[in-house]
Amino acid sequence: MSEPLLTESEPPGTIDETVVVHGTSAEPRWKKLPLIWQLRRSVGLQRGMLVAGLALCVFFILLAVFAPLIAPYSYNQLSGPDGNFPRQAPPSAEFLWGTTVGGYDVFSRVVWGARTALLVVVVAIVGSLFLGVLLGLVSGYLGGWLDRVLVTIADAIYAFPSLLLAIVLSIVISGGRASFLGGILAAGLSITVVFVPQYFRVVRAETVRLKAEPFVESARVIGTSTPRILGRHVLRNATRSLPLILTLNASEAILTLAGLGFLGFGINPTAGAEWGYDLNRAISDVASGIWWTGVFPGAAIVLLVLGVTLVGESLNDLSDPRLRIRRRVKGVLITSPPEPVTEGAPT
Amino acid sequence: MSAVVEIKDLHVTFATDGDPVTAVDGVSLQVQPGEVLAIVGESGSGKTVTAKTILRLLPETATVDGAVILAGNDVVTLGAAQLRRVRGRDVAMVFQEPSAALNPVYPVGWQIAEGLRAHGTVSKKDARRQAIEVLDRVGIPDAQTRVDQYPHQFSGGQKQRIVIAMALVLGPKVIVADEPTTALDVTVQAEILDLLRRVRDEFGSSIVLITHNMGVVADLADRVAVMYRGKLVEQAGALELFARPQHPYTRALLAAVPRLQAHTSEPDGGPAAATAATGSEVLPVVTAEELEVVYPGRFGRSGFRAVNRVSLQIAPGEVLGLVGESGSGKTTIGRAIAGLTPATGGTLRVLGHEMVGFRERAFRPLRARLGFVFQDPATSFNPLLTIGDCVAEPLLVHGRFPDVNAARDRVHELLDAVHLPTQYAGRYPHELSGGQRQRASLARALALDPELLIADEPTSALDVSVQAKVLEVFAELQERLGFATLFISHDLAVVAMVADRVGVLYRGELVEEGTSDQVLGAPAHPYTQRLLASVPVPDPVAQKERRLALAELKG
Repeated sequence: MSEPLLTESEPPGTIDETVVVHGTSAEPRWKKLPLIWQLRRSVGLQRGMLVAGLALCVFFILLAVFAPLIAPYSYNQLSGPDGNFPRQAPPSAEFLWGTTVGGYDVFSRVVWGARTALLVVVVAIVGSLFLGVLLGLVSGYLGGWLDRVLVTIADAIYAFPSLLLAIVLSIVISGGRASFLGGILAAGLSITVVFVPQYFRVVRAETVRLKAEPFVESARVIGTSTPRILGRHVLRNATRSLPLILTLNASEAILTLAGLGFLGFGINPTAGAEWGYDLNRAISDVASGIWWTGVFPGAAIVLLVLGVTLVGESLNDLSDPRLRIRRRVKGVLITSPPEPVTEGAPT
Repeated sequence: MSAVVEIKDLHVTFATDGDPVTAVDGVSLQVQPGEVLAIVGESGSGKTVTAKTILRLLPETATVDGAVILAGNDVVTLGAAQLRRVRGRDVAMVFQEPSAALNPVYPVGWQIAEGLRAHGTVSKKDARRQAIEVLDRVGIPDAQTRVDQYPHQFSGGQKQRIVIAMALVLGPKVIVADEPTTALDVTVQAEILDLLRRVRDEFGSSIVLITHNMGVVADLADRVAVMYRGKLVEQAGALELFARPQHPYTRALLAAVPRLQAHTSEPDGGPAAATAATGSEVLPVVTAEELEVVYPGRFGRSGFRAVNRVSLQIAPGEVLGLVGESGSGKTTIGRAIAGLTPATGGTLRVLGHEMVGFRERAFRPLRARLGFVFQDPATSFNPLLTIGDCVAEPLLVHGRFPDVNAARDRVHELLDAVHLPTQYAGRYPHELSGGQRQRASLARALALDPELLIADEPTSALDVSVQAKVLEVFAELQERLGFATLFISHDLAVVAMVADRVGVLYRGELVEEGTSDQVLGAPAHPYTQRLLASVPVPDPVAQKERRLALAELKG
């Protein structure tokens, strides 16, 4: 085999479609981070969706972080230096989007509401993510009766209407109404319970698939301990679809929170601003032609959910090699093949 | 006589996430009526893309330039409706994996008739009659009743016959066969090759045969086109190409093909002979007696007996080759020895530890003395770890080094031993080619200086030239380090190259065992004889003789 023609004649490995590999060893680490990697790779409609979704999300995050600076009044402020705020006042220079039946400034409530919504999303996702991933890994890898019991419980939770479950939990946790933090925790945790089975199922399915992969078997042959196999070999490869569920769940969390608030199980208006509660209070206004109390919180919910869903959907398309759009070769054909590569392989 | 297919200056480029890749670069080919044209080349040479262009079966990301004239039409510029008319009637395709090419929820007769329905109206009765006729002609016994059966009721070879029948039913001028025998066992392969030969003779169709197996080419092809990195490097009649290859690449390719007869084990035999000479007091690394492995059945069904009363021994430093067709239980034996599949009956002692009913915790320390090389280099590495991390993994797990940095010197030493540049330690598995990955896999398996290596089809996913390199590295290390090896392969020629002793498995039973000269030179068991006779050799003249000999053997 001294024939030099043959020794390196193979093309670089074609990548198994089931494994997402972000970049190559030659690229700096930050370029391989999720979102940034996808943003750099995406083209056309998928890029448009991703950019639009990210822009909406960033907008709401900024709104939440800088709420005290942006909002002219506090979320529970009913009076200014000139006395009490008018009730159901139409939009004006003083009250940009008018006031509610309770006398709150709509604009300030909507801005502060972003903070509540995002906090609930964070609490709900962090909780369900850790619990769901851990249970999914252990259950999928070990199998046996533990696996069967956990799967049954997850299925049972699926059978409940998620909003009903959230209501029950919010009553259990905070007696229905609560302070800002209590309300957020109640809403977040009740959403957590609904979402844990989703993460559990996804991670479990991935783990079951990975368990039979040769690289996990090779770790077993080497004599690797189970925790090390799970942590080093399975976990990192099982999380590829998590950013997707994460974003889709985030939008569902926002909707569940709004639903809770709308039904009156949310956060007390004096404890925090919450779009669902505001919508509930706006019901009676609709008939009397007062549009501003309902439209703005409603639009805020729609836009935030839309932004998060756009990010999720485009991540979904980008993570699937069969759906991912590539830049087409324009007209001119490249006459000589690219160097017989051992450097960066095409994904 | 005008050509059925004429490919003129074909270029195909694929858009990828990275730079566009030119898969076919200026290929011009002709297929004459009634001719078998073999396109050979290694993976990535563009042979499949070239052949699929005849049907324009290319993904959306492809850009095609050039002309493919098929029966007077340029396939490259045809509209969708015209293209549909051409497909099936003028050109048909036989796919590599017969079980994937058939729809599992329809009877095979329906699927054959599907082609007829796509090209004009046929009555149900007529379609059925034609389906039975064509099934009969491709050698499906009892076609009258079997036409109503579903794909899973047929064996792999029969399924491939049905796929060929589907291709034949409209009497196409050209059949494109993409690796039609790669997924099949050698004995079945020989039958399918016979069938394809008959298809050419009886139906008069031309065949474009895509393959990487030079033996198949020698058996079937009239003319051979050799492709290398998207270019056509040589084109010649089969006899001439094998006798006088012109291009250096073709010569190298032919030289790399392992040949059954070419077994040249030194008579002194290296470490194996040495241990044999010192007498029988040396404990064998693996002893199996009446070993049974039964996979549990579902819901009251009896289990599947994958390995049935197999007795074998592997002495220290010895290479035992295990050959057999798919389902013969060879991989199961390897996995049972490595503790990946539980052995259920008999006794199996590995490094002095009983594996029947073993506990992972008790066996774990012994794993340091055992290495395993997996079949598919693409999936046997954690895609998120670098090659260096992967090779260092066994060293860290068994506490030889505290962390990856401390193990770096040893990792470099190992990569060096398998002839990989040490800077590859920083690369990710997908940045290496299949052969390089398989060598890295060998480095990982040998990291702890094991006494026993289990190699499960280590080269079957590789091209011949790359396979030669991997086998060379393996033989060199085996000689130097003297580890015992269980070498599992379906390829008799590969086993002949590396093994001291060979065991032949057939349906879970060890039908023959002996030194490799003995088993491969003068096989005693009829199955071994048939297996040996079925392997096509890369020489058209010799292969013709072997073909006749095989026909005689079958009677």
